[in-house]
Amino acid sequence: MAVMAEPVVVPARRSSLWSRAFESRNFLGAMFMVPAIAILILFLAYPLALGLWLGMTDTKIGGVGRFIGFGNFVSLAKDSVFWLSVFNTIFYTVAASIVKFAIGLYLALLLNERLPFKSMVRAIVLLPFVVPTVLSAIAFWWIYDSQFSIISWVLLKAGLITRYIDFLGDPWNARWSVVAANIWRGVPFVAITLLAGLQTISPSLYEAANLDGATNLQRFRHITLPMLSPIIAVVMTFSVLMTFTDFQLIYTITRGGPINATHLMATLSFQRAITGGNLGEGAAISNAMIPFLVAAILLSFFGLQRSRWQQGGRD
Amino acid sequence: MSSVQIRDVRKSFGNFEVLHGVSIPIEDGQFVVLVGPSGCGKSTLLRMLAGLENITSGTISIGDRVVNNVQPKERDIAMVFQNYALYPHMTVGENMGFSMKLRGESSDEINKRVKRAAEILALSPLLDRYPRQLSGGQRQRVAMGRAIVRDPQVFLFDEPLSNLDAKLRVAMRTEIKELHQRLKTTTVYVTHDQIEAMTMADKIVVMHDGIVEQMGTPLELYDKPENQFVAGFIGSPSMNFLKGHVRVNGVAAFEGPNGVKLPLQNAPVASDGRPAVYGVRPEHFTIADDGAEAEIIVVEPTGSETQVFAKVGGEQVVAIFRERHQFNPGDKIRLKADPSLVHLFDEATGKRL
Ligand SMILES: Nc1ncnc2c1ncn2[C@@H]1O[C@H](COP(=O)(O)OP(=O)(O)OP(=O)(O)O)[C@@H](O)[C@H]1O
Ligand SMILES: [Mg+2]
Repeated sequence: MAVMAEPVVVPARRSSLWSRAFESRNFLGAMFMVPAIAILILFLAYPLALGLWLGMTDTKIGGVGRFIGFGNFVSLAKDSVFWLSVFNTIFYTVAASIVKFAIGLYLALLLNERLPFKSMVRAIVLLPFVVPTVLSAIAFWWIYDSQFSIISWVLLKAGLITRYIDFLGDPWNARWSVVAANIWRGVPFVAITLLAGLQTISPSLYEAANLDGATNLQRFRHITLPMLSPIIAVVMTFSVLMTFTDFQLIYTITRGGPINATHLMATLSFQRAITGGNLGEGAAISNAMIPFLVAAILLSFFGLQRSRWQQGGRD
Repeated sequence: MSSVQIRDVRKSFGNFEVLHGVSIPIEDGQFVVLVGPSGCGKSTLLRMLAGLENITSGTISIGDRVVNNVQPKERDIAMVFQNYALYPHMTVGENMGFSMKLRGESSDEINKRVKRAAEILALSPLLDRYPRQLSGGQRQRVAMGRAIVRDPQVFLFDEPLSNLDAKLRVAMRTEIKELHQRLKTTTVYVTHDQIEAMTMADKIVVMHDGIVEQMGTPLELYDKPENQFVAGFIGSPSMNFLKGHVRVNGVAAFEGPNGVKLPLQNAPVASDGRPAVYGVRPEHFTIADDGAEAEIIVVEPTGSETQVFAKVGGEQVVAIFRERHQFNPGDKIRLKADPSLVHLFDEATGKRL
């Protein structure tokens, strides 16, 4: 007895505090959450709080700022460039998202049909998504170049225009040009995700609709669209958020020009904060994006609430 | 309502032919059941009727019209799918009225017809529910309701009861049959359950590996199966088959495995010594002193009847008795087949002799 008991008793006494702690569910639970919470605080909550606080100071690069409350926002409200960037951002987001949705849905429907070389076509569709953004932006920059633009060259050779188009020199040309670049880059994501959604729709629903006398258009309107709507909501929320906060494309192609015509809130924020050194003001511009983003998220949250036909019951 | 003619229809998927020339005449108002083992091409044939699959060769006509190149939506056919294919985002009522809505009928007319169909199928309290909120049997009825509302030329059913439990299946079987007696719409019904086929059909078509083995009324198929396949497929439990030879020594008889003597009413002409298969249904065995000796292996009482598995000449057979016997495994009994109810098949071709 004594021989057997000894090795059990000694370590038990030595580590009693630890072993008791490790047997407690609460303590263990807390321990397991520590890494996740640390990461969230360090990389999400802290920068966000810092950004919010910075937006209420007049910090400049190299200096220590003073708290000035909503001073930055008051001055931004009188700043026409800021309002231009708000307009640009909304225009950029709305125009690009609508077209991305339309083209993406069209491509998804096409890819869902029987198609020769289907997997190859799908791979090709994904290409714009795979190329690093800056690389594709540089390609667009060349495409839009005032002297070497391939578009202008082709149109000129075809006799459709008489002189090179000034893609990036004219405000509206520039706006549409960056929208087009964003569309090119964003369509694959929309198309592939919607395709995944289309493939979850049972073919027998189409067969039933077919026997019920539905035309192609009616099938799309009464089967495809309603069945796809939950996925459309997710994809479009994502797409809107990514477009609204876009920075890379604009910064590489136009840097916000000509005369701020393509400045988005993100690029303006960067320009004021880093290039211009006014960290406080830049942060305030970034913070001004928050209400828009929250609105977009809320909209999709309510849109995403599972519609009645998806709730409850078995399969 | 319409008659349907299927004439020498073939179907290939790529180089793989699954239907090898099927001809089935279907009269106006008939309830025809296509039955056969899995993979024999029943669904394929049904889908060709509906227009969901191309017809490789042969013709299908509905009424007087050849429909080979007619779009499904113009064939005026309603189909109940095996998985029901209800539109998940529409209520029961919307599901049922969908075809009328597509045709642009007034919502009054739609409501009226949907209500009437719902009454027939006892779906009235469920009209505002979504398919997810229904039980399997209710969904099945909605699928039927969707077909009824259409008032089509032909109803097609593809194993509509296979997802239901045994009890519900029996109940729905009766309901479908009743519905047919009421509406008298030409119906083609696919199943692999021969009991469903026997109980519901005006005419059964037994299919096997892409050909029609036999068609006829349920009792014709039961009484006079044209070949060994049909004989084994129709009836439950299946017919017993014993291999052996026909013997004609004054009186016709059958020499079964290990020399067991089995009675025959009359032998086919010039058939002494001919190898053949002796077929007898489990319910046609009786206990008789002049029967063949059998050793009991298993006894399965089901209450109304008793199934006895026994060995005759070393081969296992099943016999069913309605009267109660005190049998134990190992007992020796004498089984006799009623000679007038015995079937004889050619051993090589399986054809009825
Ligand atoms: N789209 C298809 N491509 C290739 N072969 C197919 C296709 N559809 C069916 N088949 C083949 O055709 C044959 C008949 O199939 P079918 O679905 O008609 O069988 P079934 O009699 O309905 O069987 P079950 O009782 O299992 O439903 C099968 O061998 C099947 O593999
Ligand atoms: Mg089938």
